[in-house]
Amino acid sequence: MPNTKLGRLVATSVAVALGATALAACGSSDDDSRADSGPVSLTYWSWTPGMDKVADLWNKGPGKKDQITVTVKKQASGDTLVTKILTAHKAKKAPDLVQAEYQALPTLVSNDALADIAGEAGGVKDKFAEGVWQQTTLGSDAVYAIPQDSGPMMFYYRQDLFKKYGLKVPETWDEFAETARALKKKSPDTDLTTFSANDSGLFAGLAQQAGAKWWTTEGDKWKVGIDDAASQKVADFWGGLVEEGAIDNQPMYTPAWNKALNTGKQIAWVSAVWAPGTLTTAAPDTKGKWAMAPLPQWTDSDNVTGSWGGSSTAVTTDSQHKAAAAKFASWLNTDPEALTALAKEGGIYPAATTAQTSDAFAEPPAFFSNQPDFYTKAADIAKTTAPSAWGPNVNVAYTTFKDAFGKAAKNKSDFGAALKTMQDDTVADMKKQGFEVAE
Amino acid sequence: MTSARRKAYGVKGAPYAFLLPATILFALFFALPIGYAIWLSLHKVQVKGLGLGSGARSEVWAGLENYTDALTDSELLHGALRVLGYGAIVIPVMLGLALLFALMLDTDRVRLAPFTRLAIFLPYAIPGVVAALLWGFLYLPDVSPFYFVLDKLGMPQPDLLDGGPLYLALSNIAVWGGTGFNMIVIYTSLRAIPAEVYEAAKLDGATPLQIALRIKIPMVAPSLVLTFFFSIIATLQVFSEPTTLKPLTNSVSTTWSPLMKVYQDAFGKSDIHSAAATAVIIALVTLALSFGFLRTANSRTRQEEAR
Repeated sequence: MPNTKLGRLVATSVAVALGATALAACGSSDDDSRADSGPVSLTYWSWTPGMDKVADLWNKGPGKKDQITVTVKKQASGDTLVTKILTAHKAKKAPDLVQAEYQALPTLVSNDALADIAGEAGGVKDKFAEGVWQQTTLGSDAVYAIPQDSGPMMFYYRQDLFKKYGLKVPETWDEFAETARALKKKSPDTDLTTFSANDSGLFAGLAQQAGAKWWTTEGDKWKVGIDDAASQKVADFWGGLVEEGAIDNQPMYTPAWNKALNTGKQIAWVSAVWAPGTLTTAAPDTKGKWAMAPLPQWTDSDNVTGSWGGSSTAVTTDSQHKAAAAKFASWLNTDPEALTALAKEGGIYPAATTAQTSDAFAEPPAFFSNQPDFYTKAADIAKTTAPSAWGPNVNVAYTTFKDAFGKAAKNKSDFGAALKTMQDDTVADMKKQGFEVAE
Repeated sequence: MTSARRKAYGVKGAPYAFLLPATILFALFFALPIGYAIWLSLHKVQVKGLGLGSGARSEVWAGLENYTDALTDSELLHGALRVLGYGAIVIPVMLGLALLFALMLDTDRVRLAPFTRLAIFLPYAIPGVVAALLWGFLYLPDVSPFYFVLDKLGMPQPDLLDGGPLYLALSNIAVWGGTGFNMIVIYTSLRAIPAEVYEAAKLDGATPLQIALRIKIPMVAPSLVLTFFFSIIATLQVFSEPTTLKPLTNSVSTTWSPLMKVYQDAFGKSDIHSAAATAVIIALVTLALSFGFLRTANSRTRQEEAR
């Protein structure tokens, strides 16, 4: 007995001692050199695969000359990273550079996590399409990030099965609905596609194509237009198709969805420029059988698309070397060598317009070898991207979307009501936080 | 003599010195985080105007606002009801099976006992997330071998990821994973019953069934209480199974269980203040329920002993 007690005591003392050392180590880790003249080392949080290799290009090339070294720390993508950045920022320890999706920028800016780099990086504005650049300024004179990749939306379909079932590639959404119905008649077990409620970005992109502006500002007040006429049109359209059973209502990215795509149970997918990558893993047996077309339009005369995904590089307010960080961010997203490497190593579709037609995109993706002009077409479609309007609580709207539309899709009930829930919850959350919201 | 010596060596302070490491650890890693959570739950973020730019956000005192919001939130109540329904299936089934298996392993005529014991216990060694993924795949009609067989036999194929069957599907994962652990706890206390008791019972002509019902079960009652106590806590904290199944179906919302709501508030909506308030409420309810149960169970055992 005494022995065990003594053992426990020793163990606890050692644990305390270790804990104390660890704490001490935490406390003393932040006294790097502050001077901007000497060598600078920057930390960059990014989820793009192969980003470390692109950073190496910088460290060995332009970075070496300027004595700026960038270290990439690989992160989880999307919303989880936003939370992580905000938490780190609370402790004033956010990294110098972060990757952020466009819709997360207002949330980050509103938490004062992103620095205005208009002075250092405003010069690269011309390299990007107007609609893309405007997302990084939030409609002000400030520049909070530099666009990295974009996700113009497109329509993907099984070329062989469209031929087999005698279907025409829809050019308008009315034709899309007709195609879905015609397919159901010819092959009741096959669906044109599914309405998935587990990725809010898809619906946001479709609403954006229809002309929706979910968050706008009026003087000192926010205006939330999630249930505006354009979004209602989109919600009713998809809700109608689900209700009549013309398309499936099961979520995407499940094993069942992969199988449906792989076996031709679902023969089309409304997606974005990055779809080839997803299809490669989800439906490996269908290589070379898909084709890409522009997104169906609401009227014959329209030619617009929405965007789904895409991200930017931002400099944080916690960075001690903002100018150096902005320099790297500009190089990363506008330099031809960097963009080619990003496309090759990270498989991204660059936001910089010149890069979209560069040599890196001369060949189609391997999965679409049957469509040699894939990237020429993609670049043309990218030019038609409608501007988007993000607000400070996109995360709340997106979460509500998943729950409200998930429920509506499951019950095949009114999508308009789900949209209303999304609007109400978003406005309520903004008011609760203290934002001025115009009715 | 002894007391003089004790004074001389300053032994009076010794207990405190021995207590110190534990107290420090307790304060650092237990009291402090809890205190911080409570502090967070009493504050909220206040935004001015458009909320853009520096200084637009400040942390202000919220009083009990986060608590009243959480308690009047119908989603939290619904989540609690869903978890109660889930627990009403999991706990009786899991503990019933655990007791049954333990009693069966404890009979004299059992063969391959070590192997069987290990086989029943093994699922407990599989992490909850992995188990949920594994079962999730089996529940999805398009990829499940069960559905393939049902389809070939021309039998109806229920949708296990919707409505009532969803509760069965979720409970099944918990029962599959938890039965083994509880069985081991009960079995261990069964082995601790002295053999004389059985001998006496046999001499009195008790059948194995009578021995099980009249002797074994009453004698392992304390470990039954213990397993019940653990199960209540585990049920109230259910998180990983529904979270893992969520991407597979529209039927599991992001706020399906109260703990999922806490996670969603903190990491989906970046509102750690409401999340902290809800977490404190869940902790209090869990404490009240589990210790309430322990008290009633104890007082009952004491009454029986008094008899």
